[in-house]
Amino acid sequence: MNTRNGVNILMAVIGEFKTDENGLRKTPLYDYYVEKGVNLTDFNGWSLPIQFTSIKEEHDATREAVTLFDTSHMGEIRVKGDDALAFLNGVVSNNVLNIDDNQAIYTAVTNDEGGTLDDLIIFKENQQEVVLTPNSGNFEKIYSWLQDHNNGEVEIDDETSQWGLIAIQGPKAQEVLAKVTETDLDSIKGYHFLQDQTVAGVDGVVVSRTGYTGEDGFELYTPWGETQNIWNKLLEAGKDAGIVEAALGARDTLRTEGGMALYGNDLSEEINPVEGGIGFAVKTGDKKEADYPGKQSLTDYKAREDADKRVSRGFELTGKGIARPGFKVLNKDGEEIGEVTTGTQSPTFGTALGYILIDKEEAAFGDEILIQVRKRQVPAVIVKKDWLRR
Amino acid sequence: MADKQNVFYTEDHEWVEVNGSTVRVGITDYAVEQLGDVVYVELPDVDDELEAEEEFGSVESVKSVSELYAPVAGTVSATNEDLEDAPETVNEDPFGKGWFLELAVEGDVDTSSLLDRAAYEEFIG
Repeated sequence: MNTRNGVNILMAVIGEFKTDENGLRKTPLYDYYVEKGVNLTDFNGWSLPIQFTSIKEEHDATREAVTLFDTSHMGEIRVKGDDALAFLNGVVSNNVLNIDDNQAIYTAVTNDEGGTLDDLIIFKENQQEVVLTPNSGNFEKIYSWLQDHNNGEVEIDDETSQWGLIAIQGPKAQEVLAKVTETDLDSIKGYHFLQDQTVAGVDGVVVSRTGYTGEDGFELYTPWGETQNIWNKLLEAGKDAGIVEAALGARDTLRTEGGMALYGNDLSEEINPVEGGIGFAVKTGDKKEADYPGKQSLTDYKAREDADKRVSRGFELTGKGIARPGFKVLNKDGEEIGEVTTGTQSPTFGTALGYILIDKEEAAFGDEILIQVRKRQVPAVIVKKDWLRR
Repeated sequence: MADKQNVFYTEDHEWVEVNGSTVRVGITDYAVEQLGDVVYVELPDVDDELEAEEEFGSVESVKSVSELYAPVAGTVSATNEDLEDAPETVNEDPFGKGWFLELAVEGDVDTSSLLDRAAYEEFIG
């Protein structure tokens, strides 16, 4: 770790946010939240709402109509150099070399032991300029990690404080967004984006067809100071479509039903991306020529016997209750085989469901298991995380 | 329907309606507002014996779980089975149809450690 410069760089990175009286960082919508009297909470050091009205209402509106999320706490890091893409290919788990300009790709970033440092999306503007979007709790860690691996090939800038981020999600998302922009939204396919678009009269917006809800929709990277303005205009434009403001609580239930991982729950430095359920974003052997931190460890891990591996599966409770992260999972003989990493009551399906991290030998789909829900052992079944596709 | 002004309260935001030697217990409108949509309620079995302050179950929202504690010692004489299929009743009518359980108490009900409405209102500030 390049500590001398590291300390200065981190000070510059951290110092740029406004904070509330508890030291929590404010997103561009903070004053709006206070004015509306919405309950705010500490989310990875940011002051954000869990809900505007009710998690179920916000969740259902996303599946049926359209919602807006303030995700300005997400990080943005820009990497520039003669071959910025090749540099990044050398520090992430997915093979990112062959993506097109204006294409985005999901990947893990791993440490030398293969542990997950973050899961994030890489946006390729062109071969020389690429932007990554780490999770809000990880952007300083990822920034330092990239600099540690930078031998001068690239310039790395943290732009987290420059960009707000609004997610507009749901079957009517495109219809509503189209009312405030001339951008040809049909031309933007999934996991692709356009830069320098004009949205709600604001220039310099990145429009990306990405999201964390399992529905169609867009993420708008907005100049920080214009985020509130764009939010207001989208809210107005979406009135007829029944647009609803949504927050962190619904974001979590939506992504759970969609089978998407959450760093800190399903992935961590102790849970590698293969066992954490995002093995599709980990390329080893023939699938990726370049080396990256953790590649050998992950290759070795994949080669282990099933008895020495863990795997992430979906579950549904068949008895009464709700299973939460951290609850122990037992096989039907009562032996402990792992734990719940994500768990909630699904607003769309009404079932108590989520993900478990368990011994691979005990992980057959359809197997009956037990989950320790406080004092009771509640029966459950191992399923695929494909609830939205059934 | 429990009369908000004439029941007792605990610092865990439960209301306690005394009817002779039976008490009926639920959670307050304040608690319901803090919790959000109730999605699951776990209640004890009829005939379970509870000490005062013993944990007897839980009420869950999408994002959180709160334990429930017996306000006084007694034996569970009834539980609100409607909450199993319709937990949202707690949000809709916390003092009425959203009641949780009834306890049969031996002798006089000891309300000395419970709050009256005025004290509860002061407690929630």
